[in-house]
Amino acid sequence: MERGGEKQKTVKGSDVVIEHVRKSFGEFKALDDVSIGIRKGEFFSLLGPSGCGKTTLLRIIAGFESPEGGAVLLDGRDVLGQPPDARHVNTVFQNYALFPHLTVFENVAFSMRLRKAPESEVKARVAEYLQLVELQAHASKKPAQLSGGQKQRVAIARALINEPSVLLLDEPLSALDAKLRQHMLIELDSIHDKIGITFIYVTHDQQEALSVSDRIAVMNAGEVLQVGTPQEIYEAPATDFVAKFIGETNLFEADVASVSGETVELRTDGFGPVKVTATEPPPVGSRVSWTIRPEKIRIGLEEPRSARNGINAVAGVVDEPIYSGFQSKFYVRAPSGLVLKVIKQHADWSDEGPEIAWKDAVWLSFSAEDAYIVEVKR
Amino acid sequence: MNRPGDRAGGGALGSVREPGGLYAAPATLWLTVFFLAPLAIIVAYSFLTPGARGGVEWTPTLDAYRAIANPTFAKVTLNTILVAIGATAVTLVIALPCGYYMARSERQTLLLMLVMIPFWTNFLIRIYAWIAILGNEGFLNDLLRALGLVDESVRFLYNRGAVMLVLVYTYLPYAILPLYSTIDKFDFSLLEAARDLGASKLGAIVRVLLPNVKGGILTAFLFTFIPIFGAYAVPLLVGGTESYMLGNLIADELTKSRDWPLASAISLVITLVTTIGVLLLLRANGASTLGGPAGEASADGAAPEPAVGGAR
Ligand SMILES: Nc1ncnc2c1ncn2[C@@H]1O[C@H](COP(=O)(O)OP(=O)(O)O)[C@@H](O)[C@H]1O
Ligand SMILES: [Mg+2]
Repeated sequence: MERGGEKQKTVKGSDVVIEHVRKSFGEFKALDDVSIGIRKGEFFSLLGPSGCGKTTLLRIIAGFESPEGGAVLLDGRDVLGQPPDARHVNTVFQNYALFPHLTVFENVAFSMRLRKAPESEVKARVAEYLQLVELQAHASKKPAQLSGGQKQRVAIARALINEPSVLLLDEPLSALDAKLRQHMLIELDSIHDKIGITFIYVTHDQQEALSVSDRIAVMNAGEVLQVGTPQEIYEAPATDFVAKFIGETNLFEADVASVSGETVELRTDGFGPVKVTATEPPPVGSRVSWTIRPEKIRIGLEEPRSARNGINAVAGVVDEPIYSGFQSKFYVRAPSGLVLKVIKQHADWSDEGPEIAWKDAVWLSFSAEDAYIVEVKR
Repeated sequence: MNRPGDRAGGGALGSVREPGGLYAAPATLWLTVFFLAPLAIIVAYSFLTPGARGGVEWTPTLDAYRAIANPTFAKVTLNTILVAIGATAVTLVIALPCGYYMARSERQTLLLMLVMIPFWTNFLIRIYAWIAILGNEGFLNDLLRALGLVDESVRFLYNRGAVMLVLVYTYLPYAILPLYSTIDKFDFSLLEAARDLGASKLGAIVRVLLPNVKGGILTAFLFTFIPIFGAYAVPLLVGGTESYMLGNLIADELTKSRDWPLASAISLVITLVTTIGVLLLLRANGASTLGGPAGEASADGAAPEPAVGGAR
């Protein structure tokens, strides 16, 4: 597991390998050659805008759609020929899909009843899973009598009681309000830690994905653009789309002026020379896109004193300061007219920085180590 | 000042306090004139003496009910129950997949039209069409002979099987429509959830679809069972002596034996049997509405009026 401190938990579940999966609806390509490897016990997110094919991929893994090409392997075994009821995979549906004619208890017990499990075992297990999602008190209610968050928990308990090796979750929090969403997200994470099986979590919300995932696959228009840890995806986006989709960013184009090691000097269109980092530097003269995250830029009224090697400095005027409690955002316009977004955290008492206001002439500085080349255009 | 609000208190029409009573007046009138009054007349007739040429004489007697006790009546009743249960069961078994298919189809309007088209042709013409198909010199026998499968005509008509076949054919749309309108409101993603949790295709239908559309099934049952129980024309035209039903018995008493009190008594038996059956069913169904689960009580709204106790 990527995250430390939880090493004692046993890793269960299956690894899921998706190889060259293609799926069209008529002329429309919903999934175009998708390949992803998901590890045992991982909390893996499929992240992308609405309509990019996340649900379709999840339904292929669950067995509700069959792709035109490719393979889906669970622990190395191709499952594409198997119907949904034969796959050891369970789903938490986007609209919950609770059975309206059954009580909470019977909803959760559904798969055990199908297996004709003995009554005593059913009682014990359902109680155990209702406890896991803190719904013991609501066992005899019908779904129509529950709140959105409670329905969500029933759906989770119902999907987990069979101890699947993979749990698929399709935007499970999208129907909840913001506060509850945050709470359920933390709960999902702790359930994952307790149960230890593979979670495949579909969301269009990058905050959700960043905060709970071990790894994320960013998708757009039926393709996987990048697979990586939240840090990798946030700090080293593989494409312009990923850079723009994840968090807030500054994304510009420039020409490569010179290269020394992993440091590349760019001739930018509006900020003069800027030094950035590239693990595989493109040749001099290439046209590239580059990015710097707003919170990695320091804003001040004075020109940075030690213009050290690798520190970039840009002058500009504050166009629009936006105060939002714990931080402020500034849109700073360079003389060329290009605008850089800067986020400044409101620090503690030791922060002696000056107040920065509208129309102030400011200096921005950022390290070459925080600025990256994203795409090589030509 | 006479404000509009004062009218209710000042008017002489104070007796109608709830507007609901007023709105229900047409329905009440309808029920009284076309249902309660005729029922009262039938009840009264069943306790009177038959007139010489039909009609009744106003001498009270229990003769009609004594006549019911005879074995012929019991035999016909038994046959009626068997035919009604059998034909209704077959109708529902066919109608359920039809309604399901229609609800899932993308060409619902077309399919709905196809179900309704038979109604454009007169009911009797359609029965005669069946006779033209199944008769000894009918289309089917011609075909079988032409293919060399049989030498002599097969006798398809004038037995209980023919009665059941034509009854099923006649009442199939009445079962399909309420089933379709209920299943159409069903959330099919629930079937996927059931499959996901380990149910087979059939298991998902039995454990999730059927319980959620039982209101529609009940409506379809009533729309077919009640008119079939009172069937008259179908057993008359395509049935034999052994497929005689209560409806035929009533007609005979009215027109041939001219025993109106006996006909009335038999009608009451039909009414009683169907009413008790319906009440039992409703109770078994947890007193839920005919329309399905809570919040979907309008499921039968789109369905046609049943020909309750109709003389078909
Ligand atoms: N059964 C279907 N028939 C036709 N188009 C579909 C079907 N299912 C999905 N699509 C299309 O495929 C695309 C991807 O859908 P989906 O996987 O649901 O996206 P996401 O879950 O990422 O929002 C969408 O444009 C959608 O309209
Ligand atoms: Mg989706």
